[in-house]
Amino acid sequence: MRVGLFVTCLVDLVRPRIGFAALELLEAAGCEVVVPAAQTCCGQPGWNSGDRPSARALAEKVIAEFETFDYVVAPSGSCAGMIRTHYPEVFAGEGAWLTRVEALAAKTHELTDFLVNVARLERVPGRFAGTITYHDCCSGLRELGVKAQPRALLAGVPGAELREMKDSEVCCGFGGTFSIKFGDISAAMAQTKCDCIHASGAATVALGDLGCMLNIEGRLRRMGDATTRVLHVAEVLTAKA
Amino acid sequence: MRSASVHFRQRASGALADKHLQRTLKRFGSGFADKRAAARRAFGEDAFEVLREASAAIRDRALEDLDAWLLRFEAEAVRRGSTVIWAEDAAEACARVLEICARHGLKKAIKSKSMLSEEAGLNDALAAAGVQPIETDLGEYILQLAGEAPSHIIAPAIHKDQGEVSALFVKHHGRPKSDDIAQMTREAREMLRPHFLSADLGISGGNFLVAETGSVAIVTNEGNGRMVTTLPRVHIAITGIEKVVPTLEDLSALNRILPRSATGQEISNYFSILSGPRRAGDADGPEHLYVILVDNGRTRLVGSELQAMLRCIRCGACMNHCPVYQTVGGHSYGWVYPGPMGSVLTPVYQGLENALDLPQAATLCGACHVACPVKIPLPELLRKLREMQMERGLRPWAERAAFRAWAYAAQRPWLYALATKVAARALKWMGGRRGLIARLPFAGGGWTRGRDFPAPEGRTFRELYRAGRRRKA
Repeated sequence: MRVGLFVTCLVDLVRPRIGFAALELLEAAGCEVVVPAAQTCCGQPGWNSGDRPSARALAEKVIAEFETFDYVVAPSGSCAGMIRTHYPEVFAGEGAWLTRVEALAAKTHELTDFLVNVARLERVPGRFAGTITYHDCCSGLRELGVKAQPRALLAGVPGAELREMKDSEVCCGFGGTFSIKFGDISAAMAQTKCDCIHASGAATVALGDLGCMLNIEGRLRRMGDATTRVLHVAEVLTAKA
Repeated sequence: MRSASVHFRQRASGALADKHLQRTLKRFGSGFADKRAAARRAFGEDAFEVLREASAAIRDRALEDLDAWLLRFEAEAVRRGSTVIWAEDAAEACARVLEICARHGLKKAIKSKSMLSEEAGLNDALAAAGVQPIETDLGEYILQLAGEAPSHIIAPAIHKDQGEVSALFVKHHGRPKSDDIAQMTREAREMLRPHFLSADLGISGGNFLVAETGSVAIVTNEGNGRMVTTLPRVHIAITGIEKVVPTLEDLSALNRILPRSATGQEISNYFSILSGPRRAGDADGPEHLYVILVDNGRTRLVGSELQAMLRCIRCGACMNHCPVYQTVGGHSYGWVYPGPMGSVLTPVYQGLENALDLPQAATLCGACHVACPVKIPLPELLRKLREMQMERGLRPWAERAAFRAWAYAAQRPWLYALATKVAARALKWMGGRRGLIARLPFAGGGWTRGRDFPAPEGRTFRELYRAGRRRKA
């Protein structure tokens, strides 16, 4: 099957290695992966901030770039959620567009959901020595039902030991522009999350969204924790150690 | 009640800096949410979801024909001897209450919890007219002594710990200090008892209005509601027009989901259905029952994109599950209704421009949406409010310009590639050897005040991918 990889703007800019990890996993699952070169952003920042015209313009671009694939996969619950859940709202009441949007939405998946439920990846390529706790990022969890999938995949990584943290489903405080507009509240929420991570005793926190990752890692480091690793689930699944 | 929602940012900062409040908020933590989860499990999780669906449908049916159900309610209530009064706004609601006080010569009002009374600022209006208002819900009683507003819609004094209450009681009751909560509760009862017996007016809210029987339904836990609605010779139930449901059958469904969603109880300790004043032969009950139906902004929601908000049955589940609410507490929101439901209602009732921060002060994490017993899409409504702010030019120009610039670049891949290439390098350089940026310029300062920003790797995925392909080719 031909899969279009939606890299996402944050992975592109901040953590390209996560994009390559996603690529490796999709290929390990037997997919023919295409990375459309002109892709940029799904429009979520604008949409969440009430800038409908800019969200709409970027959504049109994504639809045109990705609608020919059998599947579209993003290493992010919030970007995949934007396409699956919110694109139909962006084009609400627009017959012709809506047909295209709904077709695209139906074949768009968050990475771990795709690997488990569509591609049925049997053996993950990575090896990882250490304890891991998984943080459920909000959009993936509540918009797409991503909960068991990453855990199932992590359980298949030789050497990895999962330790659930308390309140793994509680928001880390990122919230897109919220993290800048209300930085102090956001940081306080991140601290609550960091406390849960520490209490789990795990040496690594894994998750599925870049925003949450930067938020949690940024808070851990600011508070002097230089050792707890913060990794995207794709990095753990392709780890070579 | 005067809105201070425009000061959300300052109030939230104060709440974050208040160590005592932070401890109290942490202790409250996920208490209600855990109890709700247990009640949901006991009910059966699938069945609970069916009940949520049904509850939303019941509320929608009522709202689709709100005018018709309200008129039906009025006709049935009047037929059973109640008096129905319509009030367009807070001022009119207060004026109608004072008219009733004047007509019957009423001097002392005992009250059970009513958020609408808070909306209307009724206590101040009563006191100014020489009618003594006495809150009898324990939490509301504590707040009346403290001169504070509720910080939660069902647990109004949740921001106060036992020590603070104990000190308040010493000050106002003039009795020796007690640290035993059961003893303190007994003391409050003893203080309230003479008021229950001497009041000539009882004021309650109304959790639901039943159209087919003209009844007011009241859900309480402390028993004070029963006394407020039966002991004094006049009872005024004051509530919002959206509270109407068509039938007793509907009420029964909603009464299964309300306490479970609020406190995790299967049923509240008291559940009263009041259908008119005392009839001949009744052992108790008021001589007069007035029902004041208040609009105060609600009709603005009818037929709007935000209509789903009127489904709200005031259970508090959204704030109990809101990580922002639990971090800054209810008073930060600045008006009667805190948390997610308040962040929708306050801008609508008090004006978009008077609560600019509220729709923004959410991570859109969705925890409220999945907890809401009537499935109000709260994150979606908050997002719509953000859109309204944007359309009406109520966001700072720099923010609007930033989104426009972002969209402009993101539609032009060559420009976007260039900009991200430069940004990836610049940010990597700023991150230095540790790969952490301690201070970002401009709006980024909001991020770096409380966190580092992990620096980018230095080259974009786009560049690396293209380079890799070239090598392979």
